[in-house]
Amino acid sequence: MLLRVTDMAVARGGVPVLEGVGLALAPGEALILRGPNGIGKTTLLRGIAGLQPALSGRAEAAPESLVYAGHADGIKSALSVAENLEFWARVFGTTDISRAIAAFALGPLATRPAGALSAGQKRRLGLARLLVTGRAVWLLDEPTVSLDTEAVAMFAGAVRGHLAAGGAALIATHIELGLTEARILDLAPYRAAPLGMDDFDGVFL
Amino acid sequence: MIALLTRDMRLAVRAGGGFGLGLAFFLIVVVLVPFGVGPQSALLSKIAPGILWLGALLACLLSLDRIFALDHEDGSLDLLATSPLPMEGIVSVKALAHWLTTGLPLVLAAPVLGVLLSLPVQGFGWLVVSLALGTPALSVIGTFGAALTVGLKRGGLLLSLLVLPLYVPTLIFGAEVARRGAEGMALGTPLALLAGITCGTIALLPFASAAVLRVNLR
Amino acid sequence: MKLNALWEYANPKKFIDTTDRVLPWVAWAAAVTLVVGLVWGFFFTPDDYKQGSTVKIIYLHVPAALMAINAWLMMLVTSLVWIVRRHHVSALAARAAAPVGMVMTLIALATGALWGQPMWGTWWAWDPRLTSFLILFLFYLGYIALWEAIENDDTAADLTSILCLVGSVFALLSRYAVNFWNQGLHQGASLSLDKQENVHDVFWYPLLVAMAGFVLLFVALVLVRTRTEIRARRMRALEARERMRA
Repeated sequence: MLLRVTDMAVARGGVPVLEGVGLALAPGEALILRGPNGIGKTTLLRGIAGLQPALSGRAEAAPESLVYAGHADGIKSALSVAENLEFWARVFGTTDISRAIAAFALGPLATRPAGALSAGQKRRLGLARLLVTGRAVWLLDEPTVSLDTEAVAMFAGAVRGHLAAGGAALIATHIELGLTEARILDLAPYRAAPLGMDDFDGVFL
Repeated sequence: MIALLTRDMRLAVRAGGGFGLGLAFFLIVVVLVPFGVGPQSALLSKIAPGILWLGALLACLLSLDRIFALDHEDGSLDLLATSPLPMEGIVSVKALAHWLTTGLPLVLAAPVLGVLLSLPVQGFGWLVVSLALGTPALSVIGTFGAALTVGLKRGGLLLSLLVLPLYVPTLIFGAEVARRGAEGMALGTPLALLAGITCGTIALLPFASAAVLRVNLR
Repeated sequence: MKLNALWEYANPKKFIDTTDRVLPWVAWAAAVTLVVGLVWGFFFTPDDYKQGSTVKIIYLHVPAALMAINAWLMMLVTSLVWIVRRHHVSALAARAAAPVGMVMTLIALATGALWGQPMWGTWWAWDPRLTSFLILFLFYLGYIALWEAIENDDTAADLTSILCLVGSVFALLSRYAVNFWNQGLHQGASLSLDKQENVHDVFWYPLLVAMAGFVLLFVALVLVRTRTEIRARRMRALEARERMRA
C-alpha cells in the first residue's frame, strides 16, 4: 500500500465536515473523490497531505512519498517555465525536467516567462511540476480547472504513465477524466453528522 | 534550500521592489530629516547615527510583508510546506533572502548617507559594523512577524505594530554602538550585546516562525 | 491528584458554574478592599515630609504598575497552558486579561506622569522604568490587535500564545536594554518584602490593602471577561453549526 487512510475526520473552519473516511491506494491505482461543493474534498486532501491536522484518524504513507497540488499552482510569473520546473526539481532533489516538459507539451513555451502564459498553460505547468517531484502518491485537487479537452487528455496520459510506473493518484474532480480504470469514492456517505446544539460541555466546536 | 535562496534572489532582482524600494525609502527618510530639524551640521552630526539606524529599521520594515505574502497568494507556500524542506529551513532561507535583498544594500548605502548627515569621520566604520551586525536580527524578527500575519488580508499595519516593539533592543544596542563610535567612546559592551541579540534571534526565532507558519497554513 | 483536580476548571461549563458562585464574593471583596485601601491611603495618612500630599498617588500608581506586569505574567502562563494542554478556557483567559493589563499599564503611566510633574518638574522623562512601561503598553497593543485580526478562534489562540512567549523574551530584553541606555530618575523599588524600611509603616499598610484590592479587582474583571469570551465563543460555535445545518 502506498497510502492508507483510516477513519479520518476533518474540520473546516472548526466545524467537522467529513468523518470515518477510509481509503487505500496500491501501486498503479487511481482513486477519484466525488461529492458536491463544500463536502470537504479539499479539506480531506489537505489533511492527508499533512497541511492541516485531522480531527481523528490517520493517513499512513511512506515518508516523503506524497505530493500535493491545490487550486493555486505556485508559479512565479517572473521566472520562465523551465526555471519554475527546475526550482521544484531542485527542491525535491531531482534533476530531469525534460520528461515533464514533454508530457504537457510545454517545449515551445519553455523559455517564456510564466507570467505570459494563459490560465490553461499555467495549469499545465502546475501539473508538470508533479512529474519532476519523483513522488509516488499524487494528491490532486481539481487538477483540470481551466484545461481544454486536449489538455485534459494530456493530463490523463500523464496520470496513466505515473500509474504504470508504480505510482498512485488521489484526485478530487467533478469532470470525466477518461481514466476508466480509476475507482471512484463518493464522499456523501461520510458527511459528518451535525453537532448537537445543546451540549455546552467540553469543546466549543 | 539553496534552490529556494537562488529563486528568491532571482525573483527580487527580476520583479524589482526588493532592492530598489527599501534603498529609496532609506534615502528619502535621511534626506527629509534635515528639512525637519534644520540644516545645522553640528546638530545633524550628533543625531546622524540614530537617524541612520532608524531609517534602516523602517526601510527593513517596509519590505517585510513581501516575505511570505507573495508565496502565500500563488500557493507556493503550501507546496513548499509539503516539500522535503523543513519549515524551519524555509523560514531561515526567507530571512536570509530578505537580508541579502534589503539589509545588505542598506548597510552598504549607510556610509554614503552618513556624508549627507555630516557623520564624524571616526563614526563610519562603526556605523557599518553595527548595521552589518544588527540588520540580520531585524530580518529574522521581521520574518517572525511576517509569518504571524501571512494569512491576513490587511496584515501590513498589524505587522508593523507587532514587529516594532520587538525591534526595541536591537535598535537600542545598534544605535548605541553607532553613536559611541561616532563620539569615539568605548563600545565593547553594546557591541557584544548587539551580537548576542543577533546570534540569539538567528538561533531560536526560526522555530517560532516555523510554528506560526504551520498554524497559518492549516 | 490534587493538581489534576485543577484541570477540571478547564471545562467551560464547570468554569461558568464555579465562577457563578465565586464571582460575587470576589467582586465584593475587591470593592471593599479598594475602598478601604484608597480612603485610608488618601485621607488618613500624614503627608510626606519631602513630597507633601502628592505622595498619595502611590496608592494608585504602585498597585496598577504591579498588576500591569502580573497581568502579562498571567497571560504568559495561560498561553503556555494552551500550547501544552490545549484548554480553551486558558486561551480565552489570556485574551480576557490583555485589555485589563493594558488599562493597568495606562493607569500606571498616567499616574506616574501626574506624580512626576511636581516631583521631577516634567510630565515625562525617558527614564528606564517609564520607557519599559511604554514598551509593555506597545506589546499589549500588538497582542490585542492580533487577537482581533484573526477570525478562527483556535488559530488566533495559537498565534497569540506564541507571540506572548516571544514577546515576553523581547520585553525582558527591552527592559535591560533600556536600563543600559539610560540610568534614570525613578526612585528604586518602593516596596519589596525585605526592604520595608523604604516606606514607612504608616504608608505601607494602606498600600498593602490597596494592592490586595487591585489584585482582587483584576481577578474579578478577568473572571467576568473570561465568562463573556466563553459565551461569545459559544455563540460563534452555535452560529457555525446553524450554517452547517442550513
